[in-house]
Amino acid sequence: MPVSTQNSSLIYRGLKDAGVRIVSALPETWLVHLIRMAEDDPDMTLVRLAKEEEGVGISTGAHLAGVKSAMLMQNHGFLAAVNGIVSCGQLYRIPLLMLISQRGSFGERDPWQCEGGGVTEHVLEALRIPFDRLEAPEHVGKRIAKAQTLAYAASRPVALLLSRDLMWED
Amino acid sequence: MRRVDALKAVYPELDQAIVVTIMGAVAAELQSIGPRPNFFYLQHAMGLASSVGLGIALARPELAVVVFDGDGSLLMNLGGLTTLARYRPRNLVHVVFDNESLLSVGGFPTATSTGSDLAGIAKAAGVPNTTTVRDLDGFRAAFADARKSGDLCTIVAKVDAVGPSAYVTDLSLLENRYQFARHLKERAPEGKP
Repeated sequence: MPVSTQNSSLIYRGLKDAGVRIVSALPETWLVHLIRMAEDDPDMTLVRLAKEEEGVGISTGAHLAGVKSAMLMQNHGFLAAVNGIVSCGQLYRIPLLMLISQRGSFGERDPWQCEGGGVTEHVLEALRIPFDRLEAPEHVGKRIAKAQTLAYAASRPVALLLSRDLMWED
Repeated sequence: MRRVDALKAVYPELDQAIVVTIMGAVAAELQSIGPRPNFFYLQHAMGLASSVGLGIALARPELAVVVFDGDGSLLMNLGGLTTLARYRPRNLVHVVFDNESLLSVGGFPTATSTGSDLAGIAKAAGVPNTTTVRDLDGFRAAFADARKSGDLCTIVAKVDAVGPSAYVTDLSLLENRYQFARHLKERAPEGKP
């Protein structure tokens, strides 16, 4: 599977360095290594979800309880979670750290992924969610740390878009 | 059974628990009995109260968590029941007040009014202990058993479709949220989390 193990490791290291102890996830191809790393890590609690919106609730509970968490999802999962993000994450000023695989961008071969790719950034903007892209290995750790710093300073959800160039080795 | 009476029946037992409620009538009625800093009223995001409870229970296994859910809310997040069952937090009691309606928006009947059985759904999702109760004595006993069991329980309490006259209280959402987080922080064991 041409999902980058090396770059997945970098992202996972970034989450660990950021003090993340709970990760919620719904599997998608680009996230398989990250999910496996979380599963294999005895110091990480991995919560496998039925739907991404649950992850908003879990991260909210974890934050109120004083534990740092992150959400792993595909952009279509982000779209499925929007009401939770607005009505829980934003309403209650929760510093959600969302890592979203940006499917449907240039290079996408799966026709069913393409609509989501075209709207994800617009939806993030409409929701006033600060976001940045993870595109190259050298800035992964720094951008995860900065995203979390802003999430906590602003007490608001933030997003990092995982790009094809980082995640997929064609 | 009126929901407010059910809440009053177990209120003394909530002293040390970490409580998460759904929006609307449940939140307003519990506040009317007496607000506490260990109560969090999730005033929107229908369906996510059980997920918030799971997040707290996983983050802080030393705490006893009680979620007061409702039929309309739970029906919006049935998948969350499978997640709850999968991680089976031993420190979480899940109460579902089932009045078979979306009362706060005018009493629109939910699917439990036509036979959907939430305790049956919870059991089939894998929740190890489930029960349906229909009167105060039954609720009081089921709640006490659940707290003692040391395992995940879902209690479906059939209640009348009556609620408070108003849903907005003088406790602001963020005031409640920050008080609750501070309470959890103060309850943290030395050096953790």
